[in-house]
Amino acid sequence: MKDQAANRQDELLEISSGKAEHVYYWHCGHYISPFFMGLRDKKTILGIRCSHCGRVYVPPREVCGRCFKTMHDWVDLGSEGSIYAFTVVKLPYIDPNTGKPIKVPRTDIYVKLDGADTCLMHWLDESDETKITVGARVRAVFKEQRRGTIHDIECFTQI
Amino acid sequence: MERVAVVGIGQTKYEKGKTKNFAELSYEATRKALDDAGIELSDIDNVVTTTNDFFDGRTIACMAVAEAAGSYGRDATNVEGDGTLSAFYGLMRTLSGVYGTTMVSAHCKVSEGSPRKIVNQAFDPIYDRLLGMDAISSSALQARAYMQRFGITEEQCARVSVKNHGNARNNPYAHVPLDITVDDVMRSPMLAEPIKRLDTSPISDGACAIILATEERARRAARKPVWIRGVAHCADAYRLGERDLAWSQPLETAARKAYRMAGISHPSREIDVAEVYDAFSYMELMWYEGLGFCDRGEGGRLIDSGVTQMGGKLPVNPSGGVLSAHSVQVAGLARIAEAVLQLRGEAGKRQVPGARVALAHGTGGICAQTHCVWVLSN
Amino acid sequence: MGTRTAIVGVGQTHHTSKRKDVNGQELISEAVKRALQDAALELKDIDAIVIGNMDHFEAINNVDCWSIDGSGAFMKPIMKVTTGGSTGGTLGSCAYYHVASGLFDVVMAIGWEKNSESDTQAAISTCADPIVERDFFGGAIGPNAAEYAMYMEQFGATQEDAALVAVRDHNNALRNPHAHLRKFITVEDVMKSPVLCWPIKLLDSCPRSDGACAVIYASETTAPKITPNPAWVHATAVSHDYVYFGDYDWEMMPTLRTTVDRVYGRAGITDPLKDVDVMELYLPFSTCGVVWMDHMHMCSLGDAPKLIRKGVFDMNGELPINPSGGVLSTNPIGATGLIRLGEAALQVMGRAGERQVGDVRTALATAFGSCYWFEATVLRSTKP
Repeated sequence: MKDQAANRQDELLEISSGKAEHVYYWHCGHYISPFFMGLRDKKTILGIRCSHCGRVYVPPREVCGRCFKTMHDWVDLGSEGSIYAFTVVKLPYIDPNTGKPIKVPRTDIYVKLDGADTCLMHWLDESDETKITVGARVRAVFKEQRRGTIHDIECFTQI
Repeated sequence: MERVAVVGIGQTKYEKGKTKNFAELSYEATRKALDDAGIELSDIDNVVTTTNDFFDGRTIACMAVAEAAGSYGRDATNVEGDGTLSAFYGLMRTLSGVYGTTMVSAHCKVSEGSPRKIVNQAFDPIYDRLLGMDAISSSALQARAYMQRFGITEEQCARVSVKNHGNARNNPYAHVPLDITVDDVMRSPMLAEPIKRLDTSPISDGACAIILATEERARRAARKPVWIRGVAHCADAYRLGERDLAWSQPLETAARKAYRMAGISHPSREIDVAEVYDAFSYMELMWYEGLGFCDRGEGGRLIDSGVTQMGGKLPVNPSGGVLSAHSVQVAGLARIAEAVLQLRGEAGKRQVPGARVALAHGTGGICAQTHCVWVLSN
Repeated sequence: MGTRTAIVGVGQTHHTSKRKDVNGQELISEAVKRALQDAALELKDIDAIVIGNMDHFEAINNVDCWSIDGSGAFMKPIMKVTTGGSTGGTLGSCAYYHVASGLFDVVMAIGWEKNSESDTQAAISTCADPIVERDFFGGAIGPNAAEYAMYMEQFGATQEDAALVAVRDHNNALRNPHAHLRKFITVEDVMKSPVLCWPIKLLDSCPRSDGACAVIYASETTAPKITPNPAWVHATAVSHDYVYFGDYDWEMMPTLRTTVDRVYGRAGITDPLKDVDVMELYLPFSTCGVVWMDHMHMCSLGDAPKLIRKGVFDMNGELPINPSGGVLSTNPIGATGLIRLGEAALQVMGRAGERQVGDVRTALATAFGSCYWFEATVLRSTKP
């Protein structure tokens, strides 16, 4: 009996939560939906301007947090801007969408689109950090087949 | 306790499959609350949001609604639990002397995830979760334990459903107003014995916000203030096997403390209207007992007597309650909002005439492990 | 005016990468027992409990309810608060407001995390907006890496400057028996460690730990009965301004500035270098220990590297930062911000053992998380 108890102490067990998928169906809402339609149908990036303070937000949203007013003034921002910040991800982690490790190196960028006051996050098709500079001009590369998601933009590329 | 008032409330309509996203939904409620109070966001000193990462399907879910709840430029924080608890935290922040006004908001889109799986994740990961327990199966255990102990019948539970769905017809925000009979409830599909479909609450999306203010700041609001007289909350043991499922001691403990703060000695006589968290029909009967509206085991007889009907001495859930709109962590905050409408005399067709003292109640966890009781007056 | 409030007890588990010997509730219980012991209190003396963590790290819904066996909240009020990485700071504030409201006398805050139970970066990456930003968000490290890349470009700071911060925090941890990573390192070690997200390297980066922390707050009538030297809360402040990562203005760090401006203002601090004796800062990466100094008004914009090279923030410097070893040596996320508060309180109470910084009259603790959200608290040895 004594030995059995000792064994129990030696074995510290672990259990897995299993492989069950837990799928969500998020509504994009009344402001992200037109933004995605802009990507899908017109290959353009839409922002929204606060008519009170003049700030242009991308991605568009209903309320300007600073003025707490509903925004109505849509702005076509086109597809060009400059790199505000970037990082080259070299540590693979589990992609929460697929459960598999992400492919590295992968360059995440913050693009300040011309005419916008906030940045859009996306990928850059360059993973050598010595070839990327803050402020470099970039353009969105659109996919041939577009479905109305953020991945209708394949990535950004330096001009 | 110094005097703190609810000076503004806002609710969306509760329904399934709302197309607004979290921020848009939340903004609808906070905007309405500001307009209701007749103040602007600049009059708000701090913000408490209410989220649940599992229902929202993202971590740090409060990020999505920070802007929409008015967090920009002011102190903000976030409670994960029932809205009655976020309101309680908002009350404490208002009482601290640091802030004169507090915006409390809650949103939930239950229809976007898998509620049964989400509730299953509230069970212990290494024991009960693997048995596939969810809200309905666990509540059925509680219903059975309660009904057996006190001789409560399925018809008595059904009467709660008939009353609340019927009341919901007077509430433009309710999700499921129904004109039904006890027979309809009894004949509805059995989900987990003894719980039938019409004994359960719906999957609802919605948002609610309330604004709290110190006595001094309440004077600047457009509305007649509704005063917070007593609040308390209390938790039971975690595992169902460790609890008395048929009787909620934490509810009685929380209620007694809230009543003491409010100076209430005979709740059934002194309270004019109550909004309680009836996620299942049997729960409302159990809560009558824990709240001291009747003696232990008398919940069935109380519903039979008609006291808690509209027109009775102590109407419970004139809004239709949670059985008619269940937007999870919003539901407790909605109870407070409804109590406020009653005390202002602005509850429209669901108004309890002359209501002066109202009770609002929220719960959290499996089989209502935690309870929070609010007493308000005009 | 609310009730004046002080921290009177602190308890921590030992922190490590994987606490396989305890489940979550047992881990929490370990911190709770130590906090009660530290304050010479019993569970019955605690009037209310607040708890927090980040849900998706352990996948336990309603943690307040689940925690009862470890937190001791049976038949007590318990509430859960959470704001991501800043949760620990949020917890401390929540316990503070419980007491300051006058509704509770003695309140315990508990922060905990078992990071080993899931993939931390994957769980964190789900905090970015799922439909617009999630797929481009390289976990918590991405934005901070981008931030330092920009700072180097703007002000000529170097990777070695950040390495000096890493060396300071890691080597301070050698004096902290609770710390997770306790290994002497040099600037060269940092520079040679593998790049995770350029320019952040492994030794610039916080670990993921299993651990818990409990901190006890008491009212002005009770606090002096518990300890002769309570750590009085003089001010707390928060800024949660942003929703999307792309909204943030990294050049001016507005949320950090707003938070410190508010907390300095409320506590009457005009020159932090002179008015504060020790800081426990939530610096998830060594790079933040450079950039953020500017915005905390330690110096003018771009001058932080000079102060760091001079050793101003070292143990024997003018303003020691992170005597505990900070987040770079210990990071059970939901507890991390509360550990900062607990460590700052220990300094004020003069109970920080080998890591004590002389006579501390004013301490500042911060927390950081989510979309560049900040929290800060000022503790003093004197009543507010």
